[in-house]
Amino acid sequence: MTNRTDIQLTINGKQVSGTNGQTILALAQEHGIDIPNLCNDPRLIPSGSCRLCVVEVDGQKAPVTACTFQIAPGMVVHTDTEEILALRKTILELLFSEHRGVCTTCDENGNCLLQKYGYEYQIDDTAFALPESNDPIENYTTGNEAMVYNSDKCIRCGRCIRICQEVQMDSALTFKERAAQVEVSTAFDMPLNDTTCELCGQCISTCPTGALYERSAKGRGQCKDFKRTRTTCGYCGVGCQIDLNVNSKNEIVRVTSPVGVIPNDGNLCVKGRFGMDFVGSDKRLTAPLIKRNGKFEKASWDEALDTIAKKLGEIKATHGPDSIGGLSSAKCTNEENYVFQKMIRTAIGTNNVDHCARLCHASTVAGLARAFGSGAMTNSIDEIRRAGCIFIIGSNTTEAHPVIGLAVKDAVVNNGAKLIVADPRTIDIVRFAELHMAQQPGTDVALINAMMHVILTENLADMEFIKKRCENFEAMEAIVKDFTPEMAEDVTTVSADAIRQAARIYATATSSSIIYSMGITQHTTGTDNVLSLANLAMLTGNVGKESTGVNPLRGQNNVQGACDLGALPNVYPGYQSVEDEKIHEKFEKAWGAKLSNKMGLTVVEMMHAVEEGKLKGLYLMGENPALSDPNLNRTRKSLEDIEFLAVQDIFLTETAEYADVVLPTMCFAEKDGTFTNTERRVQRVRKAIDGPGKSRDDWQIVCDLATRLGFPMKYNNASEILDEIASLSPIYGGISFERINDVGLSWPCPDKNHPGTKYLHKDQFKRGLGKFHPVEFKPPVEKADKTFPFLLSTGRQLYQFHTGTMTRKSPVINQVSPTGYVEIHNEDAERLGIVNGQKVSVATRRGIVTTQARVTTDIGKGWLFMPFHFSEGPANMLTIDALDPIAKIPEYKVCAANICSM
Amino acid sequence: MAYRTHLMICTGTACVSCGSFDIKKELEQEIRKHGLEKEILVVTTGCQGFCAQGPVMVVQPDEIFYQKLTSEDIPELVEEHFLKGRPVKRLMFTPPGEETPVPNINEIGFFQKQRLIALRNKGLIDPEKIDDYIGRDGYKAIAKVLSTMTSEDVIKEIKTSGLRGRGGGGFPTGLKWEICSKSKDNPKYIICNADEGDPGAYMDRSIIESDPHSVIEGMLIGAKAIGAHQGYVYIRSEYPLAISRLEIAIRQASEYGLLGNDILGQGFDFNIEIKQGAGAFVCGEETSLIHSIEGVSPEPRQRPPFPAQSGLWGKPTNINNVETWANVPRIIIRGAEWFASIGTEKSKGTKVFSLVGKINNTGLVEVPMGITLKEIIYDIGGGIPGGKAFKGVQIGGPSGGVVPSSSLDLPVDYERLVEVGSMMGSGGMVVTDEDTCMVDIARYFLEFTNDESCGKCTSCRDGSAAMLEILTRISDGNGKEGDIELLEELGRAIKDASQCGLGQTLPNPVLSTIAHFRDEYEAHIKEKKCPAHVCKPLISYRIESEKCTGCKLCSRKCPANAITGEVKEPHVIDQSQCIKCGICYDVCKFNAVLVETGKS
Repeated sequence: MTNRTDIQLTINGKQVSGTNGQTILALAQEHGIDIPNLCNDPRLIPSGSCRLCVVEVDGQKAPVTACTFQIAPGMVVHTDTEEILALRKTILELLFSEHRGVCTTCDENGNCLLQKYGYEYQIDDTAFALPESNDPIENYTTGNEAMVYNSDKCIRCGRCIRICQEVQMDSALTFKERAAQVEVSTAFDMPLNDTTCELCGQCISTCPTGALYERSAKGRGQCKDFKRTRTTCGYCGVGCQIDLNVNSKNEIVRVTSPVGVIPNDGNLCVKGRFGMDFVGSDKRLTAPLIKRNGKFEKASWDEALDTIAKKLGEIKATHGPDSIGGLSSAKCTNEENYVFQKMIRTAIGTNNVDHCARLCHASTVAGLARAFGSGAMTNSIDEIRRAGCIFIIGSNTTEAHPVIGLAVKDAVVNNGAKLIVADPRTIDIVRFAELHMAQQPGTDVALINAMMHVILTENLADMEFIKKRCENFEAMEAIVKDFTPEMAEDVTTVSADAIRQAARIYATATSSSIIYSMGITQHTTGTDNVLSLANLAMLTGNVGKESTGVNPLRGQNNVQGACDLGALPNVYPGYQSVEDEKIHEKFEKAWGAKLSNKMGLTVVEMMHAVEEGKLKGLYLMGENPALSDPNLNRTRKSLEDIEFLAVQDIFLTETAEYADVVLPTMCFAEKDGTFTNTERRVQRVRKAIDGPGKSRDDWQIVCDLATRLGFPMKYNNASEILDEIASLSPIYGGISFERINDVGLSWPCPDKNHPGTKYLHKDQFKRGLGKFHPVEFKPPVEKADKTFPFLLSTGRQLYQFHTGTMTRKSPVINQVSPTGYVEIHNEDAERLGIVNGQKVSVATRRGIVTTQARVTTDIGKGWLFMPFHFSEGPANMLTIDALDPIAKIPEYKVCAANICSM
Repeated sequence: MAYRTHLMICTGTACVSCGSFDIKKELEQEIRKHGLEKEILVVTTGCQGFCAQGPVMVVQPDEIFYQKLTSEDIPELVEEHFLKGRPVKRLMFTPPGEETPVPNINEIGFFQKQRLIALRNKGLIDPEKIDDYIGRDGYKAIAKVLSTMTSEDVIKEIKTSGLRGRGGGGFPTGLKWEICSKSKDNPKYIICNADEGDPGAYMDRSIIESDPHSVIEGMLIGAKAIGAHQGYVYIRSEYPLAISRLEIAIRQASEYGLLGNDILGQGFDFNIEIKQGAGAFVCGEETSLIHSIEGVSPEPRQRPPFPAQSGLWGKPTNINNVETWANVPRIIIRGAEWFASIGTEKSKGTKVFSLVGKINNTGLVEVPMGITLKEIIYDIGGGIPGGKAFKGVQIGGPSGGVVPSSSLDLPVDYERLVEVGSMMGSGGMVVTDEDTCMVDIARYFLEFTNDESCGKCTSCRDGSAAMLEILTRISDGNGKEGDIELLEELGRAIKDASQCGLGQTLPNPVLSTIAHFRDEYEAHIKEKKCPAHVCKPLISYRIESEKCTGCKLCSRKCPANAITGEVKEPHVIDQSQCIKCGICYDVCKFNAVLVETGKS
């Protein structure tokens, strides 16, 4: 990796120095020397096909292409001799002999490289006659909602095909024909949705002309007229940087992404690129609503806020502050989460504040805090690319975190990383794996203990690391000693050989990185699972170093931030315990209020407290428990029974339907603030458009409410809130709007000069010594039996996001993911007479839903899998609300179920 | 069992397509009929080179050469020659313009001046019998290499011999091997490029058809030299006969322990796999060829890195073409000095050319480097048919260039050809005469390369289309002032800006014809004339009434019914109906049909 030696050479008479392996083009760009190019994209292997970047190199017989030619010591390069300029002009004129686009009607006008160079070189666009048009009536994009390919505008640079192959690794696109008949297409001209295409739109992103374009953007504005606002994507926790392209009508027309910017380098997934229709949806809430006689009526802001303040005030007066709970939101900004928990803790006076992180990574926060002292992803996304081994367990990475999936694929395909996948299903990333272990769900501890057994018995452990940096090793060793791979095989059904092989690969690689997600956390043994992974990493010294670590991938855009900012019942912002006296004092002083030092209730506990009559009022900001919580019948009953429910959201969600008052808020595209992504990077969110109707910023609403509750809260803008956060939360101490204007900073960032932290626990763990935990294997709560012979698991799919509130507004997404389904193994289906696509009912002890069957071999026999995004046939009607005793996370991943055809 | 006579019948693709297998059957039947089956053996050989005279057969040891045989000739031939001892004169070859047939193959001009190294076994062995090859010192070279030579010795020998790549580029073979052998990465691969794309050249096919083991043995030696254990022959699927003979040869070599593990007990392993190409011209380019073997789109990629550093599956790979490989065993047996003694200063050994076009003796010829064009065209090729004037010869296939008649004394080697704007290339030689239009021939080759461009690079894809468009309008009579200069400018740009050999050379036929025959281009553009009377839009046919006898032959033959006239009355061509096929001109016995060119 470090063969970067300085190479001295001359470009246009100027002495410059570059690094080994660098191309002339890359070096020239570094030095501000412009060499026109069309087929180059820094994300791709140079192909040298457009030939526009030709330059002269002394000693070469003919001009060379700067994008492919690597620099060498003493090289003399000329980029703008007369001959070269003439040659480029001829090449451009040749390109115009196949490019029949007219800029006047082209959407790409203003962003088109061909247009730009054509102008710069003052070409004659009729120098060479146009061959006959290929009659672009039908092609592979015909009828596809996502994109349009126009071969008349295509310059055959192949960037779309290469990005699909080299970055996305989907290989959906190819050239067809040859010579001047060359066109982009799919294999056998299949419609795009019948191919391996994931609709990521990377092809559009790299197209240098208007040949590939978002279908929905056609005619809604030319690139030259767009206002572009850099912000952070509002979907998953990767935190992709996006540019919202807004036209004169205040509409988001396209989503683009800058190449070279952390963390996504211009790459986006289908949701980020095509999932923004919800922003401009006519279903958005535009005015406060108050429920009168069972019906919502529009109301003024004063009316609505007064009503809430009055009801919460009464409840607090009658039943005490702990009879009220607040659910903050992983979708909202850091500033909003901070203000929300502050309002609950001060104006209400309770620690009953939580948010949906409880349902996804509560066990991560609990487990990693216990083992390492900090409950977050230890290493950065970029480091994954250079890991020697990647162990993915319980993460459907390419579907739930597609852009991190790209880093994994890059590591395997281009950098030789060995990938181990442990997942009950044959998920997409298994294609790239050296080894796939399809363990029975809920048996992760057994699997990992057995891997550790192998590592210990084969002397592959990093004893020096353990001795120097860890404690409690012997306790863990005692448990693992007897846990042979053969015993694990009985429990997990993964062969002992495979377990041995996995252990060896993981333990002997130069660096090993663990990636996990909800397959690990959403169990009654969630915390145990996380502790086991921490054990495994410490055992081999794979933590506190580059490209190693234990890396939970966070599911929501700001679930990391919501946790960081104290939207949790046990900690103030910055993971400072509410039960710690000194900290308690610090916050009472800073906020000027009397605070409760009693731990509050968690999400599911709040719902259960309603049943017990202990919780009377609930204030929700951007959460949708009526679809996202387990055992929905029970949750919905609580929402119905609660004395008072206020909801602020962008849509009238399934939950909002139960509310007494609903407040319309801004979505991420309409406000300023910050999100913290899965790698702890605090990134800017910027207002690109105005919100609809009377909608307001969440933090402003919360401040107004707090003020009405007798606790005045006032900020001029989000930046001020972040400054207050920095003053109270040491991990955010050095972070401000100003510092993260261009690139986000990863916490801990304790002061203004701190560069942020790429990976945690470098020289010592946050808690001092890393702590091993002896973890015994415990089976899931429910087992298959005669009545419920299957085991049901739930999860995400690529196209949809969470409760579908946002993604299901997108025609692009709906064309490929119209409704829910249940996956069942071929043999089970055959036995039950179920065929693919057939209507089936799935039942558990908690409920029954109707959906359609997807018959597949990607799932094990005896198992069912349902995505949880769909309100028709909602999977959470079926899930169990048994909780992990420490983290209180429900066991979404395993429950007993039955299925029958209808 | 010893036979008194061997009948070496050619079963190369050309002779097979003219019925040589039927002739073989007929021969054997007649031989049996006369009870000669214990005295005369019919042997099927690969291509013997004199393809236009096929089917051909050589009677050994008499060295009598028979040609243009048909099944009907066989009873007479067997009875007269083999029973009665009277060779059949009418089936022998009579040089053009002469009347006496030449019975002995070694006295025929076409064969006389050839020097055979790559084609040394043509006509002498049955390519489907490994014993025949072994009988002619086959596999002696690999035995020598494995038992007495190191890799360095082999590379040194090949370097000293001066052998250069016969695929057209002319890169020194020994040096290529050395670079690959020094490459640190492993495993290494050997590829035989048998993707002969030039439609006018077929020496590689012919070598495989006539002597496949020479290629296998060459590859074995190369493999030993660079340390490869797996080889591929990339061959176009349009060559079924060559593929089948190669398959047989690989099978037989494996059975004899000459391929596989522990070859000749010397601890060396090597296997060969055949990969069939689908016939794209660009696959002859080595990086495209490698892509094709890998199963991805056969587009070229920028070099460096060269295949010797990073080739097949990213591993060091040595590619040579068929003819190069076939030279290798002979060099090992007879020594580098012997090989280097043949040829010119920088071009050693021989080169196989396919001699086609307006020439009397069409076929494959192997000649020593440095032989003059005149010797090839007149002594071997027998000159131009019909006493027409020689105009030029397109050498090197569609990527080559035309060498004009003024350069007839040019000694043929790599450097000289490049100096006159042509190249060795595929070794195709298309001879043209006064009736050939140089604009038309340039357009013909451009049509081919434009169609075969893979379409990856702008300069080649759009450049060839633009050049073709200009050439087409010139030959259609729509050429514009400045078109020649535009072609030159474009040609230079395409050469300068293209990534692979296809683009870099495709302007050659145009640029070289402009260089040597600019006046013909000017006549097309300025006077709307095609001096060679080829470009149809620029010519018209007219019947001279004084000469026309009204025989009706032309009007009967005219496919467009454009000719009218009463018997014994002068006929007239209706210009609006005439499709300018020239049949009337060809059939008229009174020279009454005239071709005219110029503005009509």
